[in-house]
Order: sequence, then structure tokens, then C-alpha cells
Amino acid sequence: MSLVDALTETDHDTDKTPISERGPAPVEIVVAFGFWLFLLSDIVMFSALFAAYAVLSGQTAGGPAGPQLFDRMNVLIETGCLLASSFTCGLFTLSIEARNKPGAYLWAAVTFALGAAFLAFELTEFTRMIAQGAGPTRSAFLSAFFTLVGTHGLHVTFGLGWLLTMMAQVATLGFQPMVVRRLLCFSLFWHALDIVWIGVFTIVYLGAH
Amino acid sequence: MALPLQSGDKAPGGGKRRGGVLMYLAGLVFAVVLTLASFWAADTHYVWQPAVPVLLAALAIGQMGVHVVFFFHISSGPDDTNNFLALAFGLFVVGLVVFGSMLIMSNLNANMMPMDRLMDMQR
Repeated sequence: MSLVDALTETDHDTDKTPISERGPAPVEIVVAFGFWLFLLSDIVMFSALFAAYAVLSGQTAGGPAGPQLFDRMNVLIETGCLLASSFTCGLFTLSIEARNKPGAYLWAAVTFALGAAFLAFELTEFTRMIAQGAGPTRSAFLSAFFTLVGTHGLHVTFGLGWLLTMMAQVATLGFQPMVVRRLLCFSLFWHALDIVWIGVFTIVYLGAH
Repeated sequence: MALPLQSGDKAPGGGKRRGGVLMYLAGLVFAVVLTLASFWAADTHYVWQPAVPVLLAALAIGQMGVHVVFFFHISSGPDDTNNFLALAFGLFVVGLVVFGSMLIMSNLNANMMPMDRLMDMQR
């Protein structure tokens, strides 16, 4: 066998069925791919909010700027909560794949608690800023800030509701293929929120000057 | 005839065939290190100040890569062609929207007449 043959040989080359005759992909692959496309479109939507923030972040209209408003420690704790919840969501996925119900309940509960803690810190920050007179109507900078960070927070809120719904389905329907597919879509959604948050803490909080 | 694993595709996020707990643990460790590095870089005086935003951007892109590989399990392998192409297109659009907006707006800003002179003209 030549080197080129050795390098180009994949698992599929040993299967002599032509690709046109292998039939449609299994449902779980089609569903996950479709949901992946949705997540990418969601990230494209966030990119528009990021672009608006990048353009407007200097337009404080004489009001407070980022460094006077943001508390780095608060952001670090929020980031820790979300990152840890992404990890426990991974363990949740593994429990589902092993069809391990107690494990799934445990990791779902930890993921939910960490996500809720993140939201609590974020809402505390928002109410503190609004109480200081730095609400979304104060300047273009603050409008862009509340739109971007608030949209991410809404996604997290929606994710928490979805997680509760899914655990109710696991309790009543068990690990049916349909339920497992939805659970895997949820875990993709949750990981995507973490990726968006990396952009938020880098551009909004650490990039503030 | 159903051939479940031979369609040449892989679902994004599936952890079954990809190292399990170790994969997520490695992702967590990398992500924590990169996050702490970002928070350190934002305040440090060991780096030439104008270079700090570039450093932050590099750390953020690195961490996003860690999440894609270790949490989404997306690779550039043959089973991931569709997932990877969709990701590449998504990144392309994100880049166009973000950098295009910043470029156009900074250009308009630089070429805009100062506000006081604009108001004089409107009198």
C-alpha cells in the first residue's frame, strides 16, 4: 500500500456502499445538524448586537462610562458560574447517553442551580445600575449594553425553563429517543450560551476603558 | 436498508465516542486557565498597554475554540464536514457584520463634520 493510500483511507473507504445508496442520515444526526444551524444563526444575531455595542460603547452622552459601572469581581463570579454549568451540562449529556436517570437528575439540578446563580448576579448588577441612574435610557452606550447583555440573560432564562421542561419529560416519558434528542439539543444550546458569554465578558467588561 | 453510522456525518455535541468525562474535564481546565488569563491581562502592567486588546481578543478566540472542540466536539475530520462548513459560514457572517460595522462607522465618524459647525450650517 502506498503512503497516499494509507493517508487517505478512512473508515468509509472500507464500506463499499456508494454514498448515494446509503440512504438518509439517521434522525438524531439530522436533528442535531438542524439545531446546530439554528445556533449559528442565533450567534449571527448576537454578532449584530456586538457590532452595535462596539460602535456605541463610547457614546455615553455625559453619563457614566463602563469602568465606573462594572465590577470585575462580579463578572468573574458570573463567568465561573456559567463555565461550571457548561461542564456539568457535559456530565449531564454523558448521564443521558448512559441512560443513567439519577445521574441525569443530579447534573441537571447542578446545571440549573449554576445557571440561576448566574442570572441572580446579573439581575443584581442590572438593578444596581438602574438605581444609580444608569438605566438603558441614559445613553446610547447603556442602551447597547442592556440590549446585548439582556438578550444573553433572556437566553439563559429560556434555557432554564427548557431544562425544567426536559426534566419533567424525563420523569414522565423516560429516555425515549424523542426525549433524548431534545436533551442533546438543550446541551448544545447551553454550550452556545457560554460561547456568547466569552464575547460579552471580553468585549463589554474587560474591554471597557 | 438502514446503515446508522455510515452516513458520513456526525451529530454535533455527541459525547459517546469522544473520550467522555476526560474530554469535558480537559475543556474545563483549558477554559478556566484562559478565563483567568483574560482577567489578568485586562489589568496587567506587564504588557505594553496598546497591545492589551489584541491579547484579550486572542485569549477569547482561543477559549471559543476550546469550547467548540471540547464541548461541541466539532473537529475538521471527515465525519464533521457538514458541521464544520456550517461553522465556517457562520464565522464568515459574524466577521462581516462585526468588522464591517466597525470599519464603516469609524470611517463615517472620522469624516463627519464637527457637531458645532453642523449646527451653524443649519441656522
